[in-house]
Amino acid sequence: MSVIFKRPHALLDVPTHYCPGCGHGIIHRLVAEVIDEMGIEGETVGICPVGCAVMAYDYFGCDMVEAPHGRAPAVATGVKRSNPNLHVFTYQGDGDLAAIGTAETVHSGTRGENIVIIFVNNTTYGMTGGQMAPTTLPGQVTQTTPYGRDVHTAGHPVKICELMSTLDGVALAQRVAIDSPAHIREAKNAIRKAFDNEANGRGLSIVEVLSTCPTNWGVTPAEAMEFVRSDMIPYYPLGVYKDVTAGEKEAR
Amino acid sequence: MEISIILAGFGGQGILFAGKVLAYCAMEEGKKLTWLPSYGPEMRGGTANCSVCISDEDIGSPIIQNPDILVAMNGPSYEKFIGAVKSGGKVFYDSSMMSGVEERGDADMYAVPASDLAEKHELYGGANMILLGKLLEITGLFSDETVERALKKCVAPKRARLIPYNMQAVALGRKS
Amino acid sequence: MAENTKSGEKYLMKGNEALAEAAIRAGCKCFFGYPITPQTELAAYMAKQMPKRGGVFLQAESELAAVNMLLGAASSGVRAMTSSSSPGISLKSEGISYMAGSDLPAVIINVQRGGPGLGSIQPSQSDYFQATHAMGHGDFNILVFAPNSVQEMADLAALAFDKADEYRIPAMILADGLLGQMMEPVSFHEIEPAHTDKSGWAANGHKNKRAHHIINSLYLDAPTLEKIVRERYERYAIIESREQRSESYMCEDAEILVVGYGAAARVAKSAVAQARAEGIKAGLFRPITLYPFPKDALREAAAGAKVLLDTELSMGQMIEDVKLAINCSKPVEFYGRTGGVVPTPGEILEKLRELNGGI
Repeated sequence: MSVIFKRPHALLDVPTHYCPGCGHGIIHRLVAEVIDEMGIEGETVGICPVGCAVMAYDYFGCDMVEAPHGRAPAVATGVKRSNPNLHVFTYQGDGDLAAIGTAETVHSGTRGENIVIIFVNNTTYGMTGGQMAPTTLPGQVTQTTPYGRDVHTAGHPVKICELMSTLDGVALAQRVAIDSPAHIREAKNAIRKAFDNEANGRGLSIVEVLSTCPTNWGVTPAEAMEFVRSDMIPYYPLGVYKDVTAGEKEAR
Repeated sequence: MEISIILAGFGGQGILFAGKVLAYCAMEEGKKLTWLPSYGPEMRGGTANCSVCISDEDIGSPIIQNPDILVAMNGPSYEKFIGAVKSGGKVFYDSSMMSGVEERGDADMYAVPASDLAEKHELYGGANMILLGKLLEITGLFSDETVERALKKCVAPKRARLIPYNMQAVALGRKS
Repeated sequence: MAENTKSGEKYLMKGNEALAEAAIRAGCKCFFGYPITPQTELAAYMAKQMPKRGGVFLQAESELAAVNMLLGAASSGVRAMTSSSSPGISLKSEGISYMAGSDLPAVIINVQRGGPGLGSIQPSQSDYFQATHAMGHGDFNILVFAPNSVQEMADLAALAFDKADEYRIPAMILADGLLGQMMEPVSFHEIEPAHTDKSGWAANGHKNKRAHHIINSLYLDAPTLEKIVRERYERYAIIESREQRSESYMCEDAEILVVGYGAAARVAKSAVAQARAEGIKAGLFRPITLYPFPKDALREAAAGAKVLLDTELSMGQMIEDVKLAINCSKPVEFYGRTGGVVPTPGEILEKLRELNGGI
C-alpha cells in the first residue's frame, strides 16, 4: 500500500494543546511540510511566541527557542546572526507580533533580517481568554471590548502586511487564509516562498495567515471558518503586498 | 608621591588630548595613572575638563577635589577651578584667552599667552601643547623624549605627521 | 586605539574600551547594543572591532530587542554580550529573567549611573539590589562581578564569560560611570578561554543526528517548575561555595573595617591609607563578586574589627548583605553619596576619625 498522506517529519507525533477548530494545527502542518520538502529540519531553528503557540517547541521537530512576549524577531536575529547557516523562523500571534512586539517586527524588517515570520492573525488574545488584539475588527466583541471594539476609544486594527510592505528590507509580505482547501494551498505556497527567500538570503519574509479561534469567538469550528470569509478577509484582503521576486519572474 | 592635575577649557581646545599626553608620558615611565574626563552634555561645545593623577603607588579615587596643578585655557574654566587648587600649587593659564584674572596669592601662577603664541608661530590649535610645555618645564615632570614617545602612542598613525608640530609647541611652551 | 592589541603590552584605555577588547579576546562573537551614557564607548569599540575580527555587532532598536538578540545568540551556543547603563538595564531585566530561566550563559554589562528614573549620567552604585537580588521576576540569581579598575574591567569580563558558560547562567559586570570613563594602563593576558561543551543543549540545528533541543523557561506544571528551580538553586549553592571573590587591604589588625566595592572601594582605599598614616587602625574589604557575596571572607576579615563601615555610591544597598554576612554581630555604619555624587577620600576619612573616637 503506498502512503499518500502522512504526518510531516518536522511535526512531532505528540498531542497538541490546541482547541478543536483552532487554525494552529493546519498552519503548523504547512510549516512542517515546507521544512520537510526543503530537507532543512536539521538546520532549522524555530522561535516560539508567547500566546497560544507558546508550546510549539514541543510540536516542531527542529531545534526551538521560546522567546519573551513580542521579542521573537529579536531572538531570531540573535540566532541567525550568530549562526548564519541556520534557517530561522518565528511563529507568532497577533498580540505578540502586532502589539507588544511591533518594534521588533518593524525593525527586523528594516534590517532585512534573513528570517521567516509566520504571523497568525485570529483577531484575539487566545491564550489569556479572548481579549482585544491589535487586529480585533471594528465592532468585534471580546472580553475587553464587551460592547464591540469602538475604534474611537480602542483604536483601529493594525494591517501588518500593508505596513511591512513599505519597508525596504522586506522581501515578501503576503496575506493568506486557511478557511478553504484552495486558500490552504495558497498559504502553503506563500510559506514555501518565504522559506525559499530565507534560503536565498533575500531578506525578511512575513506571511500573515488569517486563522480561527472558535473557543474565544464563541462559535463552532465551521462557523469560525465562515467568519474568516465573511468578516476578516473583507477587512484584511488576501494577496501579495510585496514580493521582491515578482519582477524576476516577469523577466523570465 | 601623587600629583593631581586638572586641565580645563572649551571643548575643542584640545584639553582632553593634553591630559592624554600627560597620561601616556606617565605610562611610558612605568608610573601609575588615571585619566578621567568630564562627560555628557557639557562635552557638547561647553567647557570640558579632565583629571590626571600620576603616582608611584596605586591611585584611589581618580576624582580630584584639590589639584596640585591647574591648566586653564579659558576664563570660565579658570573661575571654576582656581579656588580648588591646593595652597602652594601651580596654575598655568592661557592669558591670551582671559583678562582681569584674579590670581591666587598662595599658588605659583604662570600666565602664558598660549593662543597668541600659537598663532604667531603658525601652530594653529597648539595652545594646549604650549601650556603643557610650560607645565613640563616648570615641574620637570617629563622629558621631551618621553613626550615624543607618548605622542607616538596617543596620536593615530594617520595623523603622525602632526607629532613634530606638537613637539614644536611643547618646545615653545618650555621657552615661554 | 589599541587595534589588534598584543598580549602583555600596556595600553592606555577607557574602562569601557578595555572591557570590550577583553570580551573579544575571550571569544565574544556577538554584541548587541543600544546607545546610553556612560557606556557608549563600549558599543563604539565593538562596532569598530567586531566586523574586523569575525564577530557580529548590531545596534538594536531598543534595549528590549538587544537583550533578546543576546538570548537568541546565547541559545545557539555562541559567546555573546550586551551592555547598557542603569535605565537600559531595567528594560533588559525581562530578557535576563528569561535567560536565567532557560539556563543560558551570556554576559551583560551595567555601567551604572544615578537613578531612579532617567536619573543622572554620573557614576553610581544604586543598582546593587537590582543586580544581586532582583534582576527580573522569578526565583533566580545571576553572577555579578564588580571591577574597581580598568584592568579589572578587562580581567573580569574574560572571567564572566568562562563562569557563565561553566554554570550556564547569565553573568553581569556591575561597573559604573567612573570605571567606564576613566583611562588607566591595561594589559591583556594571553588566555585560552575555557571551552565549555554546549552541544548537549544549544539550539543550533540537530543535523538529523539528535533529538531537537528546546530553549525554554515555561513549565505550566507547577511541581515540574518547582523541581527545575530547585535544581537551579543546587547549582547556585555550588556557585556560592566556589566562586566568592574578594580583596583585603590592611585588614589583619583593623579595628574599623571599611567595606566597599568598585569605585567606592577606590575612594575608601585612599581614605584607609590616610587613616593609617594618622594611626587609625582601618582596613578595607572589597567584594569582587557581589553574587555570590564573599560572606565567608568578610566574616573572617571582620573577626577582629570593632565596627564596620559600609560605603557605597548609593543610599546603602550592599550594607544589608554585609550585616547578614556577620549576622549583625557588630555595628555596621554607613557612609554613601548618591545621585551620581562620588565622595572624596576626605569624607570617608572624616567618618573614620569619628568612628575611631567612639571605639
